[in-house]
Amino acid sequence: MSTFVQTIVDGLGRGSTYALLALGISVIFGVMHLVNFAHAELITVGAYLAYFLSTRDINWWVLAPAIVVSAVVASVATERIAFRWVRGSSPFTMLLTSFALERLSHALWQVFVSPTKKSFAGPAWVFDTFEVGGIRFEWMDVATIAVTALVLALTAFVFRRTLFGIAVRAASEDFDAARLMGARANRVIAGAFAFAGFLAGVAAALILMRSPSAEPALGSDYLIKAVVAAIIGGLGSFTGAVAGGLALGLAEVMLRGYLPEGVWERLTDAFVFALIAALFIVRPQGLFTVRSAERV
Amino acid sequence: MLRVEHLTARYGAVVALRGVSMHVDEGDLVAVVGPNGAGKSTLLNTVAGLLKPVNGKVLLDGTDVTGADPARLVRAGLALVPEHRRIFRDLTVGENLQVAGITASAADRRLRLDAARQRFPILDSRWDTAAGHLSGGEAQQLAIARALMSDPKLVLLDEPTLGLSPVMTDVVFDLLAELHERGRTVLLVEQNAHRALALADRGYVMRPGEIAAEGPGAELAARDDLFATYLGGGVG
Repeated sequence: MSTFVQTIVDGLGRGSTYALLALGISVIFGVMHLVNFAHAELITVGAYLAYFLSTRDINWWVLAPAIVVSAVVASVATERIAFRWVRGSSPFTMLLTSFALERLSHALWQVFVSPTKKSFAGPAWVFDTFEVGGIRFEWMDVATIAVTALVLALTAFVFRRTLFGIAVRAASEDFDAARLMGARANRVIAGAFAFAGFLAGVAAALILMRSPSAEPALGSDYLIKAVVAAIIGGLGSFTGAVAGGLALGLAEVMLRGYLPEGVWERLTDAFVFALIAALFIVRPQGLFTVRSAERV
Repeated sequence: MLRVEHLTARYGAVVALRGVSMHVDEGDLVAVVGPNGAGKSTLLNTVAGLLKPVNGKVLLDGTDVTGADPARLVRAGLALVPEHRRIFRDLTVGENLQVAGITASAADRRLRLDAARQRFPILDSRWDTAAGHLSGGEAQQLAIARALMSDPKLVLLDEPTLGLSPVMTDVVFDLLAELHERGRTVLLVEQNAHRALALADRGYVMRPGEIAAEGPGAELAARDDLFATYLGGGVG
């Protein structure tokens, strides 16, 4: 029983970061109909920033917010520099642009920093544990779940209670109609990118606390998981993205925990993707149905 | 207030408007009628900035706003109630109206929301309902209320009675008459040609891509020849 509870907490911890990343992908998909394959590069930006700052002995109380801010700035910059120019183009063009941006990011880190992994110190308490009712938990898992819950509550508040959030939801449903209401396309889209950057920044801070290292392709693994989580949830559905991320994290950790050690354990990802394929046979639209968003 | 000069617009290779000129004076209700495919909706979409014309000008209060972004046109005092309403179905009634007040200050937006609740009791009673659950008539009232949230000088309405029951059509026409009486300038594209022209100060009858006739609404409404040629039947 205790192993099961530990596995659930571990799975929720892992799924939380997927959920944050998938939510960002869904927010951008909503307003632009773009599956942003460069989204997880924001983690890499945060990682290198943390690496450079950590060489100057700056502690994690500063590093974590700095990672978040860097992701917001980088996300808005990608919109302004790359995606604004292809807005209104075919989905294929936008997809290729995001691929190009991802590849360019890898190349720039390799050329101007290093192709090899750069490690730095994480917070001292990350692998500390505590015990409740005979069950041992990692502080980092609990912190990850708590921070994610707070960020999701903030996200819900922004999208339900603020004019910006309501405008983004309106634009996700029918962008032209939102423009007819006076919503400025540039502001709504830049705001959506900023918010997606914030979500990716929080995810990056949580990931980097546990695995404090930077390398050019750091974002790639997370990208695939986040895109898959967003698709599981029903691309464009905010609730679906969160549910998809948590479900993916749980599935991954449970399979890793319960599959026999050795060869089978290494097949976790293959099992996860097989489960996802099975889901799409039953529900091709994903867990949550989304009305079609208008592309701008 | 609105002047359209020699407007030409196309969808790909298809020319939808060919040198259309028309105007709407302040305080007037002007109706544009014509058969399907005449270019009525294209005219409104081009004026509202959703479609960039290939030629011609759109002047709003003397300012050239040809091809301007819709968001800029809303700030300039123009609001469009689009064909098929295009309300945000996943947003509540209240949220639809809030987002429509995005150009107003917070204080003005609150005042206008209160005014909308008073003017449209049916919307007030369904304030927290997802707009996708409204009936056709309720949704059309929401679409009109939404357009009024920016306190526009000029309201464009594209087929506001399309798909509505006779009772709800009456409600919408009463609403249009009220807007007109209160001095709001209205440009109305409407399938119910006779009724629209009868209500209008002036009217335009379109044939595909062009203006076929113009004049006082009541006069156009009485012209059997126009109805027989362009509007599919006799008067009434």
